[in-house]
Amino acid sequence: MKNLLGKLFVASVIGMFLIATMAGIGLAADTIKLGVAGPHSGDLASYGIPTVKAAELVVKEINAKGGVLGKQVELLVEDDVCKPEVATNTATKLISEKVDVVLGHICSGATKAALGIYKDSNIIAMSPSATNPALTQSGDYPNFYRTIASDDAQAKLEVDFAINVLKVKKIAVLHDKGDYGKGLAEFAKGFIEKSPKAEVVLYEGITPGAVDYSAVVQKIKRSKAEAVIFGGYHPEASKIVSQMRKKRMKTYFISDDGVKDETFIKVAQKYAEGVYATGPKDVSKNPMAIAATEAHKKAYGQDPGAFFLNAYAAALALLNGVEQAGSTDYNAVEKALRTQFVDTPLGKIRFDEKGDAVGVGFSMYQVQNGEYVELQ
Amino acid sequence: MFDLEYFLELFLGGLTRGSIYALIALGYTMVYGIIELINFAHGEIYMIGAFTALIIASVLTMLGWNVVAILVIASTAAVVYSSAYGYTVEKMAYKPLRQAPRLSALISAIGMSLFLQNYVLLAQTPDFMPFPSLIPDLEFWEPYAHIISSQEVVIIITTAVVMILLTFLIKFTRIGKAMRATAQDRNMAMLVGIDVDRVISVTFLIGSATAALGGVLIASHIGQINFYVGFIAGIKAFVAAVLGGIGSIPGAVLGSLVLGWTESFFTGYVSSDYEDVFAFLFLVFILIFRPAGILGRSESEKV
Repeated sequence: MKNLLGKLFVASVIGMFLIATMAGIGLAADTIKLGVAGPHSGDLASYGIPTVKAAELVVKEINAKGGVLGKQVELLVEDDVCKPEVATNTATKLISEKVDVVLGHICSGATKAALGIYKDSNIIAMSPSATNPALTQSGDYPNFYRTIASDDAQAKLEVDFAINVLKVKKIAVLHDKGDYGKGLAEFAKGFIEKSPKAEVVLYEGITPGAVDYSAVVQKIKRSKAEAVIFGGYHPEASKIVSQMRKKRMKTYFISDDGVKDETFIKVAQKYAEGVYATGPKDVSKNPMAIAATEAHKKAYGQDPGAFFLNAYAAALALLNGVEQAGSTDYNAVEKALRTQFVDTPLGKIRFDEKGDAVGVGFSMYQVQNGEYVELQ
Repeated sequence: MFDLEYFLELFLGGLTRGSIYALIALGYTMVYGIIELINFAHGEIYMIGAFTALIIASVLTMLGWNVVAILVIASTAAVVYSSAYGYTVEKMAYKPLRQAPRLSALISAIGMSLFLQNYVLLAQTPDFMPFPSLIPDLEFWEPYAHIISSQEVVIIITTAVVMILLTFLIKFTRIGKAMRATAQDRNMAMLVGIDVDRVISVTFLIGSATAALGGVLIASHIGQINFYVGFIAGIKAFVAAVLGGIGSIPGAVLGSLVLGWTESFFTGYVSSDYEDVFAFLFLVFILIFRPAGILGRSESEKV
């Protein structure tokens, strides 16, 4: 009796497996397969799960409207736990399941590891979150796109603004020696050095939390810099700006997302006036962003997590690319992504020749009358 | 090419920074001089002084008082409140441990420091708060403001005055004499009728008062405070006190100025990346040649 039950159990499992496989084969012909890869378990799951939810919402909506090219869209969700060594397996598995386009991966390292595998199989991957500049700029991965600005986008914007809008020729670059600040400062220094129109007259790291920065401020003054680009956070920025203004220096002060914070204005008060800072483009008023967030709240009962809107935009862009291309053919989809604008929660976007989204990323803000105003 | 103006600016910048350290270092060195305790909670007393002044100043500003009146009232309130804290900390955390090994009192001091930090963090705010500029930009000083601001001048002068008053107090007054006696030999001082507990309380009161004054002036100069400012400033001031010879009043000021100038000139002529590294290397160097600090005497009187 016991034996029979055991056999029955094994048989039913095999049977179910066969049915599932057959169902898979049966559907394969008439669905568009959207792979979603990222960390869905482990420490970094909170970065990956919002992307799955975004994909589910987009797919539900598109399928309800009749799908893409008349076919229903099917999701293939695979976990890469953010690890490069797992990501290669994830990519292989998705390819063996005949994925058409991939939304992911999430972490830059895992994305890089998986991209080569997708490239060999002519599969397009689009990340909502991998910000490593080399992923697009190296040119190694023509099949890669992303709906988030790369790490050096802020530095690029700061430098372009200083050189082309403020028309300064001498720039001092400061940072707080931290990963974020120093990283940005190094990018900024690189961009200035590449430009023939300006030069770096001072490059210094400051000590965060020091009681005063008068020596560094004197150094800026002596360097005759017309603008300071600072990589770091608001407590140091407000001290440096205050000391510069107290020394009656009118040098432009340009900083980053770490400074584009209400606390900066609250603390630096009148000295904050006129300071420039880059920050993510404001999408809170975009109707699609509002609708996507509402849909998420309705479906899952909570506010969306990290990179949700970027993922939502990426899923839309990918499926729109397939629709516009008229097939899942690699070259056709690629052409569509680069030429056709698509409406997303991040605004109207398309992709440049390297794969970065045009119209996504950072804007320059300036403190005017005690608040940050987005400059056009 | 030697740029005299640049040198002068760095010199004044270092002087300001040194004076900031000195205002805090004075309290460290006094307490150490009397009971040989490194009062780690001293930086927190400084921070509490700044917070008290911020609260009072905000209220008075809302009522539309004049800036000088606000400065005076806020400083007084900060001094009184911080002194009360210093007194209480001594009674609660150090007095019961007076006969215990010195290490126990040191641990108690570190505990007090963490306690006060977290208390302000929870009771007030974890955010940076703007601190109003209580020292106005003086009209007649405007031509020199690009070199040194009036706030900086006030800090330098206050430090000098506090140092002179403290030296006078210790050298020429009755309580000063009692302090010196306590510092030399606590048991002997008790035998000749000095109320040692009272002397120690007074030391904490004075030390905390100078810290609070420093808190108000420095916060007004920097323009921002949070619960953690006392820790960083306290560590630097402690280093300055050791550099100058802990236990010595002029030593604390000299040590602070040396530290301020070292940092300023190193940043100005070399690089601010290694500012702290260099400052501490310099400290090690001085302590190799003068283990008791610049003005410290290894065994004799401490104040």
